[in-house]
Amino acid sequence: MEVNILVGGAAGQGMDTVMNLLGKSLVREGYGLIYTKDYMSRVRGGHNFSTLRIAGGTPWTTVHSVDIMVALNEETYKLHHHKLAPSGRVIYDPEVFTLPEEEDRGVAIELKKLAEEAGGKVMANTVAVGTLLVLLGMESNTVEELLEETFKEKEGMAGKNVNALKAGMAAAEKFCSACFPLPPKNEDSQKLFIDGNQVLGMAALGSGCRFLSAYPMTPSTGVMNYLAEKSKDYPVVVEQAEDEIAAINMALGASYSGVRSLTCTSGGGFALMVEGLSLAGMIETPLVIILAMRPGPATGLPTRTEQGDLEFSIHGGHGEFPRAVLAATSHEDAFYRLNKAFELADRYQVPVIFLSDQNFADTHRSVEPFDFSRLGYNRHLVEEGGYEKPYKRYRLTESGISPRAIPGQFPGETVLVDSDEHDQNGNIIESAEERNQMSAKRMRKLKALAEEMDEPDLYGDPRPETLLIGWGSTYGVLRETIDALSASGLKVAMLHFSDIWPLPQKRLRSLLPEVRLSCCVENNATGQLASLIRRETGLTVDKRINKNDGRPFMPDEIIKEVEKYHES
Amino acid sequence: MKADHFLLGETAWCPGCGNFPIREALAGALAELDLPPEQVLICSGIGQAAKMPHYIKANGFNGLHGRALPPALGAKIANKSLKVIVSSGDGDSYGEGGNHFIHNVRRNPNLAHFIHDNQVYGLTKGQASPTSDPGMVTGVQVNGVINPALNPLALALVLGSGFVARCFSGEKEHLKETMKAAINFEGYALVDILQPCVSFNKYNTYKWYKDRVYFPEVSDPTDWSAAMDLARQWGDQIPLGIFYNAPRPTFEDSLEVLSGEPLAKRPFEPNDVAGVQNEFL
Ligand SMILES: Cc1ncc(C[n+]2csc(CCOP(=O)(O)OP(=O)(O)O)c2C)c(N)n1
Ligand code: SF4
Ligand SMILES: [Mg+2]
Repeated sequence: MEVNILVGGAAGQGMDTVMNLLGKSLVREGYGLIYTKDYMSRVRGGHNFSTLRIAGGTPWTTVHSVDIMVALNEETYKLHHHKLAPSGRVIYDPEVFTLPEEEDRGVAIELKKLAEEAGGKVMANTVAVGTLLVLLGMESNTVEELLEETFKEKEGMAGKNVNALKAGMAAAEKFCSACFPLPPKNEDSQKLFIDGNQVLGMAALGSGCRFLSAYPMTPSTGVMNYLAEKSKDYPVVVEQAEDEIAAINMALGASYSGVRSLTCTSGGGFALMVEGLSLAGMIETPLVIILAMRPGPATGLPTRTEQGDLEFSIHGGHGEFPRAVLAATSHEDAFYRLNKAFELADRYQVPVIFLSDQNFADTHRSVEPFDFSRLGYNRHLVEEGGYEKPYKRYRLTESGISPRAIPGQFPGETVLVDSDEHDQNGNIIESAEERNQMSAKRMRKLKALAEEMDEPDLYGDPRPETLLIGWGSTYGVLRETIDALSASGLKVAMLHFSDIWPLPQKRLRSLLPEVRLSCCVENNATGQLASLIRRETGLTVDKRINKNDGRPFMPDEIIKEVEKYHES
Repeated sequence: MKADHFLLGETAWCPGCGNFPIREALAGALAELDLPPEQVLICSGIGQAAKMPHYIKANGFNGLHGRALPPALGAKIANKSLKVIVSSGDGDSYGEGGNHFIHNVRRNPNLAHFIHDNQVYGLTKGQASPTSDPGMVTGVQVNGVINPALNPLALALVLGSGFVARCFSGEKEHLKETMKAAINFEGYALVDILQPCVSFNKYNTYKWYKDRVYFPEVSDPTDWSAAMDLARQWGDQIPLGIFYNAPRPTFEDSLEVLSGEPLAKRPFEPNDVAGVQNEFL
């Protein structure tokens, strides 16, 4: 049992208000859900829509079919009515447009008029929420509670919104009441209603990140917004840099000077950062970069999703230096994994790139509260007595990791870092011998770093005949795909990567040669992980299932491809 | 403390280069201000001037070409107790790093920015820099520089810099005193230092500068228009001195989170912030 709701309209019509209010109340009441956004790169007009799926547990992905559509304009109806279930309903404002005569699923609610009567037309969305409550057979108390919380600083607004809500409810009664029964609640625990960028921002805060410098770029900006808001109450500084070059160099300065630092961007900004990335490698200064991918090349599709920068993140930056690349898979995992990125950066004194994408960043899900006691804050700074005097920043060591001190840590000792090749003290050198020593020292870190990488998650049949391989934000859609294919009798499993570079290989090497069909599913044009696997292991993935139209995969699309290969 | 205490290493500069007096003046300024080397951070980009962190005993961040200011700002935010000095070239500061120059003047962090302005790209062997005078012929500007020179002092004044000075590396004592004032200034302090490059700038030589520089009387260093008049003088007469000295609130002062202990010194325990997730319930 599940209910799928689509709210659509022009940019600026407030689809988010509806979804946030409804979504959060549903989660508070114990329902499991996912809510995704499809929006255009404009502030007004165009067509945007959001999808909410309520299902048992926490659903992993949204689906095509729609049970209730809230069409804030006619375009929404025209674009999406083909997805509407035969028993579905369309909530619309008859003053805005009229439905075709043959359409008998309409729920005509005078959204604007009722809102005006309640105190202002901005509350039209609250009226719509009221109508949705009735269709879903819900009481209004949780939404009312949320409205009180939201407007506690705005005199009278909560009351007006409650009136709007009630008006929407009253108007809906005559159409259908509780005609979309909700799935059973999850009674176990209270869940968070949170999106990917908020998960990452919160993980950064919980990891002790004290500085974020970034230049706004969709879809990474939510991380900036989150931490900026928190800087009012927590010791974290968020600085909007003049460009991404400044952003990464500022973050490196702050990290060198002793605080956990972060920058976040998307592909175009990362392109500007790569000289700084290489600098991080050279000066061995910890840094975490969140790269929230969107379709390229160039400005591409600014508000949409893609996994097109995997190779770029592994190879970006001139010269050779160790780095780690991790990815956001699910909200549940990404929280701890971003902490791992900070821990690895500090431990190995390397840059760590954390890949996210619009699909992950903008998607809300209901998830268990996070366990902050699982987060690490190990700075690996050298302590008094723990280093050879005089202090040298780039002491040659067996592991390649030199004891790191920060400026001002020890009286009489200074810390020198240099983007030129340098000696143990950090001074410029050009001798071949010292160059070799330093380069080898840096590269030695890679060995232990590689051992830190988690093997890809294996889900499904433990002895699969068909193996789907993926990475990053496709985790959810692949899980639902595996469930559906398993139910149809296939012996199928998925191998899903969250730690990507250095590439963990054990499971790949044991599984890939054993399966009859392997498919790498990627939101890009060329199959970058499949190529990487080939390069690193010599093993070939049989088929590449790709999609790069800027939209995330839906389970049925993958299922169709897999079945096609099975038939041939 | 003696200036010698801060002099370090063997320089890679050409004999007779105008960078030597700058280094001596900086060492002298740090010594006279009695700053322990571990409390000082020198940031630079890439170029001949930018090698300074290797030649002065202090913490050093010798970063990328054009990118001296961003790490300096980051380092200051992380540990505001450090005295942060940026010592870099004209190409580095005004060319490749021009955007950072503009925006850090606006930010007004507590940094002293010393620009070794030799009006040329020294390290890459003599191409024009943003401050090269029109007409200067180089291997790239083969018909002479055609663009008017950038006026860093006027630009800084327009952007709201609270401290704007011009020095000449041939006037070492004045340079040292100006550096001290800049280091002690609360906010972004710009000192553009005329620095002869004996190898590549055959126009703006020691003699060329010596014949032109003079010390005007600055009766009111908070008079912006008077400062602007001095900043715009160039040619037969080149004024030296602190043209403008009028502090305004610094970047750090405007950030409430920075009051109290430097960020880098504050302890942290992840569990202490667990309550932050309650807003999502
Ligand atoms: C990204 C980048 N571009 C170009 C260079 C080459 N480069 C090094 S120093 C320099 C110019 C230096 O001029 P300036 O900053 O005036 O320093 P000077 O050598 O004159 O002291 C250039 C173009 C570089 N190192 N990095
Ligand atoms: S090239 Fe010019 S600036 Fe560089 S060291 Fe030689 S004289 Fe000095
Ligand atoms: Mg120069």
